[in-house]
Amino acid sequence: MASAPWDNEMTQRLAAKFGPAISEFATYLGQNFMVAETASVPAIIEALKTEEGFDYLVDLTAVDYPNKPERFELVYILYSFRRNERVRVKTRVLEGQKPHSIAAIHKTANWLEREVFDMFGIEFAHHPDLRRILLPDEWQGHPLRKEYGITQMDDQWVKENLAIESGH
Amino acid sequence: MPGATFLDSTELVLNMGPQHPSTHGVLRVILKLDGEKVMGTDCVIGYLHRGVEKISENRTYAQFAPYVDRMDYVAAVSNGLGYCLAIEKLLNAEATPRAQAVRVILTELNRIASHLLWLGTHALDIGAITPLFYTMREREECLNIFEKYCGARLTTHAFRIGGLNWDIYEDFEKDCKRFCDYFLPKIDEYEELLTGNRIWVERLTGIGILNIDDCKSYGVTGPMLRAAGLAWDLRKAQPYSGYDRYDFEIPTRPNGDTYDRYIVRMQEMRQSVRIIRQAVEGIPEGPIMARIPKVIKPPVGEVYVSIEAPKGELGYFVVSDGSLNPYRVRIRPPSFINLQALDKMARGSLIADIVAIIGTIDIVLGEVDR
Repeated sequence: MASAPWDNEMTQRLAAKFGPAISEFATYLGQNFMVAETASVPAIIEALKTEEGFDYLVDLTAVDYPNKPERFELVYILYSFRRNERVRVKTRVLEGQKPHSIAAIHKTANWLEREVFDMFGIEFAHHPDLRRILLPDEWQGHPLRKEYGITQMDDQWVKENLAIESGH
Repeated sequence: MPGATFLDSTELVLNMGPQHPSTHGVLRVILKLDGEKVMGTDCVIGYLHRGVEKISENRTYAQFAPYVDRMDYVAAVSNGLGYCLAIEKLLNAEATPRAQAVRVILTELNRIASHLLWLGTHALDIGAITPLFYTMREREECLNIFEKYCGARLTTHAFRIGGLNWDIYEDFEKDCKRFCDYFLPKIDEYEELLTGNRIWVERLTGIGILNIDDCKSYGVTGPMLRAAGLAWDLRKAQPYSGYDRYDFEIPTRPNGDTYDRYIVRMQEMRQSVRIIRQAVEGIPEGPIMARIPKVIKPPVGEVYVSIEAPKGELGYFVVSDGSLNPYRVRIRPPSFINLQALDKMARGSLIADIVAIIGTIDIVLGEVDR
């Protein structure tokens, strides 16, 4: 990704406050993002909310990169009504690592983290109510992981219930 | 319950849905009740989950476009617009002026259609049956324009990455103008039925209050946020598709209750008519498609693009790995996120108000579950 460095007063303040915990400030196609250490993400989001006015968590999601050592990328999209600006906070997490929930900072995160757990199997530590949200509780696996085949569930069901190979 | 007496005051757990006419689809709400008072709610969703985000990874960029129509199926045009804008942003391209104007007209018509369906069903939930017939009659006119334009009425797939699938038909402008002239007095008609109606007012006023801070904390956007008093609309805050060229207002109300959300949506329909009238006047001549490659293969990168859908902020976070298929498409659905605030709004209200509160969020379960 051909991103350019992002540098302004806010990034300088954040860099001074969090030091090496934020490894990159960049901008791509006019959209700003920062890459941070997983452990510092709640503190960064809290600081963005209280000190910089990013008081609206637009979205929280993940991307799966099975071939990279740190498998998942968590993406937090934040918006500030005061500045009319968006920023993304990205962090890499390992398989099995439990990032800290931010539901205490933004209530929106409650369902969004549940969805990430449901779809990717990333567990959030200290989440108030971490259950599956869109899929049934007895569902096997996490569909948005790359190795999860699109017909896997169908085939399995057909095999178990009809005792034949799937027709497609 | 063993040991329970007749006058036992334990809380009662009541199941509502998923098959319930006022949950607007397959939404199941588990209610914890103390008498008639709601002590807590838990939403059970996912009945309509079709794995749209997973499907995207197995389709090309153009192939995936019709799928997004099936999320918020009463506002399919908005869904399509958001997706097209996101991919255009990844390609660093922009639709032609003619395409932009047509996109605005169709999107606003769809906003009206979506609000009309909301109004009819919401009123029906409260007990007013007549408005449903009125709103369906007018919604039909919107859908007829879609049908004439692209052959489909609900899942329109009206736009294409880079512009439009089809140019407008011969009488398109005339039809839109006629619709505006016909529709504007109809809003007054609905208001005459409802706005001052004592039952309507009593059932909605002070119900399901969400103030600005709650809205921000729960990420609630769209008419619900504006009814709480914050004049925030992505069409103004971060204009797309040439919305900055049109003159319109953002209606707001101060109280953030169910009644205010009703008033805001009514005003929004009037503003939509205002936008359509301006856009129809000067649809620029020229091509309907921007010059984009036939095979869409965006460079490696990621973008987040969002629009003001009838229900709130609809966002697409798209990651490209430089191949023919999107690496990841994340859809930020306004209905899903707004629904999370149900618990906040319902706690402490009466069981009869739950119906009004679910209706006022304006959810479409296809979008909640994706």
